[in-house]
Amino acid sequence: MNLKKTFIPLVNPISKDNPVIVQVLGICSALAVTSKLEPALVMAVSVTAVLSLANVIISLLRNTIPQSIRIIVQLVVVAALVVVVDQVLKAWNYEVSKALSVFIGLIITNCIIMGRLEAFALSNRPWPAFLDGIGNGIGYGLILVIVGFFRELFGSGTLMGYQIFPQSWYDAGYMNNGLMILPPMALIVVACIIWVHRSYNKDLQE
Amino acid sequence: MNRQSNTYTVIYAVVLVAVVGVLLSVVYQALRPQQIENIENDTKRQILAAALITPAPGENVADLYGSHITDSFIVNANGDRIESGEKAFDVKVANEVKKNDVSQRLLPVFVCTTDNGLKYIVPVYGAGLWGPIWGYVAFDANGDTVYGAYFAHQGETPGLGAEIEKPAFLDQFEGKDIFAADGAFQGIKVVKIGQEPADGSAWVHAVSGGTITSQGVQKMLSNSLEPYTAFFNKLSKEKEADK
Repeated sequence: MNLKKTFIPLVNPISKDNPVIVQVLGICSALAVTSKLEPALVMAVSVTAVLSLANVIISLLRNTIPQSIRIIVQLVVVAALVVVVDQVLKAWNYEVSKALSVFIGLIITNCIIMGRLEAFALSNRPWPAFLDGIGNGIGYGLILVIVGFFRELFGSGTLMGYQIFPQSWYDAGYMNNGLMILPPMALIVVACIIWVHRSYNKDLQE
Repeated sequence: MNRQSNTYTVIYAVVLVAVVGVLLSVVYQALRPQQIENIENDTKRQILAAALITPAPGENVADLYGSHITDSFIVNANGDRIESGEKAFDVKVANEVKKNDVSQRLLPVFVCTTDNGLKYIVPVYGAGLWGPIWGYVAFDANGDTVYGAYFAHQGETPGLGAEIEKPAFLDQFEGKDIFAADGAFQGIKVVKIGQEPADGSAWVHAVSGGTITSQGVQKMLSNSLEPYTAFFNKLSKEKEADK
């Protein structure tokens, strides 16, 4: 098998077919969990884990799933995985699970996951489906982390909770931008990323 | 076998749900003890935060709690201890503050030994703009002066109402008296800049842009602290007697 072809599902979603900035899926969570970098990172890891595992499971089951209830089967698998992730977070990283609160549960409704299951896992073998899950998870996480980076840096002056801007800046009159913390700014940052991305990828321009 | 038949579909769904159900209950049971411990440690951290004690990174909260909180008990609205066997730590404050009949309320008190002497920590609970707000307030041994406060919220607006958990807001409470000079309960008013009460009652500045949350804090303090009046009055009398 052609090695390059094998890794297309892994590499494509990171830039050319990015779920957030090209397919414009999963925007809601990109707004909700990116006011700080750490929850954005944990969300990215959680979605990647859920997506790749769900992709593999659905791909393994793809020849047995009855057509009439395939969406329900996908939902049950995704919901089960999300509950597991939620419980594991509550047990091992309580602080972050508190910060993410309902958004972990809302991974179930993340359009990227159902989208990939329907579009890819149902018609592909487990290994490519796994790579597709990882690739889309990374593509999604990458945008979340970039947005979280800018929002935390300019909104709170910190990164991962550590102070970045020295006190002397604040003494000199610099102020954290409160607007960065509010959800609308996430949309604007995402839009800026899309702008930069499209200007490098002319074939994506409509 | 016909995969599109009704029988197959129903059996498939039942088996799938059964498998998932078993899996989830196993995960839940396996992780439960760790989760309960996390929640308890988080509550302990909040109680200590009211007495201005924060665990150093990596420090065990439960140990710190054990070394500082030397006693805890439940009192009623008359200021008498209730010996029901229930622990102060396990009282659900959210349910207690809803009881309109104050004499029915269980009022937990945590006694904290700090470098600055004995402090009495009591829980408070109320409503913000989007959801519940809660916290703990530590009082000096005179049962009147606030030593420190800790507030938390479920989903107040970041940058606005959510500022009630920031030091800039919390630090204002230190040194405020919740009782007037004649011993009547007056609480702590949360007021806008320029609207400070002139009658000498205790006040702090509200969070600008977080008016409803700030009002929620004021209501929470009066509703949750007033039932402790009898208890605190006893404390201050004991204190007078000691002198």
